[in-house]
Amino acid sequence: MYVTWPCPLPDGTSGEEMALCFEQRRSRRLLVIPPLFDEANKFRHQLSEIMRRLDEGGVDCFLPDLPGCNESMAPLQAQTLAGWRQAVGAAAAHFGAAHVLAVRSGCWLVPDDMPAALYAPAKPAQVLRNMLRARVLAARETGHPETAEALLDDARSNGIVLAGWQLGAELVGELETAVYDPSPRHRVVEQAELGGRPLWLRAENDFDAAQADTLAAIVMAEMAER
Amino acid sequence: MNAETAHAAPTGPSRSDIDQTLRAILRDVLGLDQAQVDGFDADTGLFGHLPELDSMAVAGLLTEMEDRLDIVIEDEDVDGEMLETYSGLLAFAEAKVVES
Repeated sequence: MYVTWPCPLPDGTSGEEMALCFEQRRSRRLLVIPPLFDEANKFRHQLSEIMRRLDEGGVDCFLPDLPGCNESMAPLQAQTLAGWRQAVGAAAAHFGAAHVLAVRSGCWLVPDDMPAALYAPAKPAQVLRNMLRARVLAARETGHPETAEALLDDARSNGIVLAGWQLGAELVGELETAVYDPSPRHRVVEQAELGGRPLWLRAENDFDAAQADTLAAIVMAEMAER
Repeated sequence: MNAETAHAAPTGPSRSDIDQTLRAILRDVLGLDQAQVDGFDADTGLFGHLPELDSMAVAGLLTEMEDRLDIVIEDEDVDGEMLETYSGLLAFAEAKVVES
């Protein structure tokens, strides 16, 4: 079911965002952090498959919309990684979740002090480079070539629209310079452990029941240990 | 693979390794099964021929090539010709691996 949750805003007030929840007031409670940008859409179906399995395994799970993402009314260009980290912390507190499952770029937002399973963490600079590359390729097709260097130079001060995503200057700076290293407290799950093919690479969205089974089992085993 | 290639690049991936890696990436990006990508020949059309291979998918394809083949692809390296057919993409990948 969908519920709303109070999400902190940069000015100290609170806005409202939605969350997909499987909630039966159980003691095992998991916050699910989706990937950002294009991969959020590619993974939405798979995330709901994973959550269904966790629910069947007795885990309450919560997939919050972060501000500027999915159904959020907040403007994406006003968002930053720092702001999203704050939102994730607030969502964990609101839903009473003690564990986190994060996917790809969502892994960057996980608080260091929460036990978490990180599925195939992405590299910030690579995500930015990929989106820049998509824009350069699309521009070339239209006969108005642009260079990634010039685009990035301008984006550092003015923000930029990449592959339909409006990124603010601060977020561009964060993506360009952030070095992401998973905390030793977190359990990293690489694709090879799940078998099958990485769904985030797929040009057309898809889901994979066997991969969802495996990942849900890994998460439940991790939650049982802690 | 022939002996000459193996001799030229003793430590890098062989031509057949590059070919297999490239087919695996296309399989993953396009959601095909192994038999379908094994059936790709030199003239199999890619960008402009496969509707699902849009600019975002091509960007993902190139980024994955960088990762799995340990190469760096500059935007100016990318042109219509290399993306048009399977043989064009394979020749590009081979040249990049030798360069790296």
